[in-house]
Amino acid sequence: MNTFQPIIDALLDLDKQRVITLVRDALNNQVSAKDILNQGLIAGMDVVGERMEKEDMFIPEVLQAAQIMGAAVEILKPLLGEDSASANGRVVIGTVKGDLHDIGKNLVSMMIKSAGLEVHDLGVDISPERFVEAIKSKDAKILCMSALLTTTMPMMKRTIDALTESGMRNTVKVMVGGAPVTQNFAREIGADAYAPDAGSAAKAAKAMVQP
Amino acid sequence: MIIVGELINASRKSIAAAIENGDIAAIQQIAIDQAEAGADFIDVNAGIFVGKESGYLKWLTTTVQSSVDKPCALDSPDPKALMAAIEVHRGTPMINSISFEKERFDALMPVISGTDFKVVALCMSDAGMPETVDDRLKIADKLVNALNQNGIPVEHIYLDPLVQPLSVNNTFGMEFVNAIEKIVCTFPGIHTVCGLSNISYGLPNRKYMNQIFMAMAIAKGLDGAIVNPLDKRMMNCIVAAEALAGRDAFCIKYLKAHRAGRFDS
Repeated sequence: MNTFQPIIDALLDLDKQRVITLVRDALNNQVSAKDILNQGLIAGMDVVGERMEKEDMFIPEVLQAAQIMGAAVEILKPLLGEDSASANGRVVIGTVKGDLHDIGKNLVSMMIKSAGLEVHDLGVDISPERFVEAIKSKDAKILCMSALLTTTMPMMKRTIDALTESGMRNTVKVMVGGAPVTQNFAREIGADAYAPDAGSAAKAAKAMVQP
Repeated sequence: MIIVGELINASRKSIAAAIENGDIAAIQQIAIDQAEAGADFIDVNAGIFVGKESGYLKWLTTTVQSSVDKPCALDSPDPKALMAAIEVHRGTPMINSISFEKERFDALMPVISGTDFKVVALCMSDAGMPETVDDRLKIADKLVNALNQNGIPVEHIYLDPLVQPLSVNNTFGMEFVNAIEKIVCTFPGIHTVCGLSNISYGLPNRKYMNQIFMAMAIAKGLDGAIVNPLDKRMMNCIVAAEALAGRDAFCIKYLKAHRAGRFDS
C-alpha cells in the first residue's frame, strides 16, 4: 500500500484529528515534508476534486477537506522551502470587470491552491489592465477568469486581447469559467481551457504547468 | 404571493433555439402554461444574445402578450433592450432589475423614473454581494430612498435581498430570511422577491431544499417569487406556506388548490 494512503483516506473521511496525527507521525518517521504534502495532502485533494466533478462530494465537504489540508500544511510549513508552491506554477485569478460575484471564483482559487500551485487572487471587478499587470509582476503562467453574468462575459475576451497586446499571450495559459460560460464560448474567445467546476479547474491548472 | 414565471429565459437551450428560429407557437405555449399554473408576470429574457437583445426582447414581449393577458417581467439590465420591450408592452410591466451598482442604477433610472412600473431592486452595490442582514439593509435603505426620489413609490418596489449558497457558509440561509423580515418591517408597503434556487447550489436534492427555504422565507414575509410555475410541488409549498403565515384568510386559496386537485400526486 502507498505509504501516504492513510493520510489520503483520513482526508477523504474529513477526519481532521487523524490527518494531523498521521502527518506528525510521518514527520517523526523522517518522511520529508515535501513528500507528505505532494503525495499525501495534495494527492488527497486531487481525489476530492475528482469526486466533486462526479458529484460524489459536495461543496461543504470540499471546503472542510481544504480546511483540514490547511491545518496540516501549517505543521509542514516550517519544514518546506519558501518556494515549494511557486515552483509548481503561479496563477493569477479574479472575477472580470463589472462583475462582483466571487463564490465560484473563491472555490476555484482554493482548489488550485490545494493542488499545490501558488495562487494570487485579485478579487472581483478586475479590469483587463489589472490582470495584465498582476501577471507581469507575479510572473504568472496561468490566468483564471470568472464571470457570472452574460453582460460581463465579453470582458473575458477583452482581457485576453489585453494579454495579447502586452506580448505575454504565448507564455500564459488562460482558463475561464462561471455559470453562463461554456466550452464553445471559451473556444470562441481564444481561451486555452474551460472548467465547469472547481475540481476540474484544479486538474486543468495542474496539467497546464506539467513539464 | 406574486409569482413571476421564469421559464422564458434565453439561457435555457430550448428557449434560445425558439428565439433564434422565431418559433412563435413554442413561446406562446410556455406563456400559456405558466399563466394557467398561476404566474402573475411572465419573465422574458434574451440576455445571451449580445447585440441582438433589444430586437429579441421586443419580439418575446409581443409574442407572450399575444397569447396571455398577463404583464411581462422585462428581464435585462440594458436600458435599450428595456425601452424596446416597453414600447410594445401592454399594461404595467415589471422591470427586472435595477441594483445600487452605480453604472446600472444611472443607466436604468431614465427608463423607470416617474413611471408606474413595478421595479425589482437587487440589494447589491459596487461594494459587492451582501452576506449579512446589515449588508442588505444598508443597500436597501439607499436603494429605496433613491427610487423614491425618482418617483417610484415604495409599493412598486420589489426588493431582492439576494440569496447566497448555503453550501459555502451555513449562515447564508438565515441571514437571507432575517433580511426579508427586517426589510418588510423597515419599509411598510414594500414587496420582496427572489429567485431562491441559489440557496441549494453545490448541494444534492436541490428541489427539496428550495421548497423548504421558500416556506421559511414566506414565514418571514416574502411575497414574491421568481419560480417555475409548472413545478407543482413548489407551487403547493407556496400555497401551504402562505396559509401557515396567516396570509390566506379562511385558508381559501389553500382549499381552492385542494379542490382543484393540485395536491393530488
